[in-house]
Amino acid sequence: MKITVNGKEIEATEGETLLTALKREGFDIPTLCYLEGMNPSGACRVCVVEIEGQSNLVTSCSYPVAAGLKVKTHSPKVINARKTLIELLMGSHPDDCLYCDKQDKCELLALARKYGVTKRRFPRISRNANIDVSGPSIVRDPEKCVLCGKCVRVCEEVQKVGCIDFSMRGFKSKISCAFDSALNVSSCVNCGQCVTVCPTGALMENNNIEEVKKALESGKHVVVQHAPAVSVSLGEEFGLPLGKDVDGLMVSALREMGFKAVFDTSFAADLTIMEEASELAERIKKNGKLPMFTSCCPGWVKYVETFYPEFMENLSTCKSPHQMLGAIIKSYYAKKEGIDPKDIIVVSIMPCTAKKFEVKRAEMKNGELEDVDFSLTTRELARMINIFGIDFKNLKPSRADLPFGERSGAGKIFGASGGVMEAAVRTANYLLTGKELAELKFEPVRGLKGFKKAEVKIGDKKIRLAVISALGNAKDFMDALEKGEAQADFVEVMACPGGCVNGGGQPFAQNKKAISERAKALYEIDSSEKLRVSHENKALKTLYKDFLVKPLGEKSHRLLHTSYKARSTKDR
Amino acid sequence: MSKVKEILEKNKNKKREALISLLQEIQEAEGYISSQAVIELSRHLNVPASKIYGAATFYNQFRFEPLGKYHVMVCRGTACHVKGSASALKTAEDILNIKAGKTTKDGLFSLETVACMGACGLAPVISINGEFYAQVTAEKFRKIIEDIKAAEKKI
Repeated sequence: MKITVNGKEIEATEGETLLTALKREGFDIPTLCYLEGMNPSGACRVCVVEIEGQSNLVTSCSYPVAAGLKVKTHSPKVINARKTLIELLMGSHPDDCLYCDKQDKCELLALARKYGVTKRRFPRISRNANIDVSGPSIVRDPEKCVLCGKCVRVCEEVQKVGCIDFSMRGFKSKISCAFDSALNVSSCVNCGQCVTVCPTGALMENNNIEEVKKALESGKHVVVQHAPAVSVSLGEEFGLPLGKDVDGLMVSALREMGFKAVFDTSFAADLTIMEEASELAERIKKNGKLPMFTSCCPGWVKYVETFYPEFMENLSTCKSPHQMLGAIIKSYYAKKEGIDPKDIIVVSIMPCTAKKFEVKRAEMKNGELEDVDFSLTTRELARMINIFGIDFKNLKPSRADLPFGERSGAGKIFGASGGVMEAAVRTANYLLTGKELAELKFEPVRGLKGFKKAEVKIGDKKIRLAVISALGNAKDFMDALEKGEAQADFVEVMACPGGCVNGGGQPFAQNKKAISERAKALYEIDSSEKLRVSHENKALKTLYKDFLVKPLGEKSHRLLHTSYKARSTKDR
Repeated sequence: MSKVKEILEKNKNKKREALISLLQEIQEAEGYISSQAVIELSRHLNVPASKIYGAATFYNQFRFEPLGKYHVMVCRGTACHVKGSASALKTAEDILNIKAGKTTKDGLFSLETVACMGACGLAPVISINGEFYAQVTAEKFRKIIEDIKAAEKKI
């Protein structure tokens, strides 16, 4: 059908909303509460437009297109209404933008600038709400909240955790946990999907930049490792094209900041695969608990501990890759370099907010030593690069340090949903049959779909696989599993939709395309790699030969494996 | 079996659309909505506790603290307001050291505001455990509370 917008005819499709059509045609319509691919809520109202023949403005996000509509997107009436709406939203919003962690990424600030809001029109009434700094991962500042409700919808509809919701009413309306409890005692799993959709600074990661800066000044031996999904998204923070791999630039930047060594967590992903594939093989052989769940995602791990504690034995006992590497750095590497492990500080750059919780887990220690001291998000790394005055785009690329800089393509694809599974299948096949797969690419587990199923034949054994991303899909699967309606032997779960490429610590993505481009980049790196299977990683072989002896060996159990505990929360 | 469990047992087949009526029934039985009740209701209806808390706090009728031995309701209707119920309420809040909607730590008093009691001729009016008090100015309110406190001390 045809509709007319600002005097120009455009094509629209029956059943879609006006906003969808306008966005596709490139009209600049502001939004705060709009979530791509989800039902509109019409909460913020800044997407209003004028329709000829109607006295009231309509919210384009919830208005269905109809043939012959005549729409004005920027009439004086519309512009004035939007400006007033923004001024009203700022009526209870604090004026401390100078100190706000969200800085130039704030959508409210951007709108205020765009619509020429240069002075406060309504005297500010504070909500007198306390900032919640109880959790290691996420900081919640209700004063900065505009009640768009995106966090609530993501938490409830996408993740099916539902730890936050609107409470009270009228001016007292706010987003809160049940009984106004703090996040750290709620069922929040720290995935940070709420942070990625928050338009303001109301939800942010718990910033650890200062601690890391202090560590760098302390004279201690500070080393850093970076997760596979970071190098394909960091470039976005510096205006580089979506999905551009900036591995080399990032390594140089980290060195310039003063880290004594820069390691690649993908090496540890290879290590995880050796341990995890061996664990799976043993569980199958010895009739152990199946299906086995992957355990690299700390959001998923806490989800099982909180919501399905009866399935904790199904979780692989493997620590996540960066925790493994931390433990190896403070044992094997410390000894090799002749450094007291107490003088080593390990920093992880992760696409994730839940990793901040994970590094503080009591289980993630070897004696008194924490495997990893600090975990920074991709966004925090970008901030640090700016703080250190590094001209990122013009750096000379360099390679990660050995021995933990060598990695396979299998280790790199860990960052996308299905990647861990594909890497595990490549190695499990070798471990069980002694032969390499003829075709390494394992298409059925690739892509952004939330639930993927496949079967592989390894030797004469059929293994049923399931790959899940977004906790909402995991919940459906777990409920089916409980009822005996789902069958699988090995299940990969990543808490964030699409996997770590869409992690809670990643650059704020403008659209879904960013996510698929990041994932595509990981698979491209893998396909162009010579070394594509974890078990052929030479540095890894050396590590086993010189130190660990064998997968699931005594040292592995002490350093690389962990245990879980059921969690009681105030809201369950 | 707790009262909440009994109510849920009785309403086995109710789904999430029965939330408000179940909350009312629980409050009727227990005098307030405890966090334990919210959690049990959350399990029963398979609805996150945050959602139930959100819905319950939206309505004025639900309390989240047990009632005091003396439940004081202060009328904040128009007639009472004109006759000074705001300052009477402020006085009560100050003496009891709680805000409206709360219960004192010793469990003796709970304070609540209502929109209109339909007794405008007696404005400003309050009721304590169903008994009405007429023309309750700030000073009179103070005396009523102090009398109750004194009587309680003797027991």
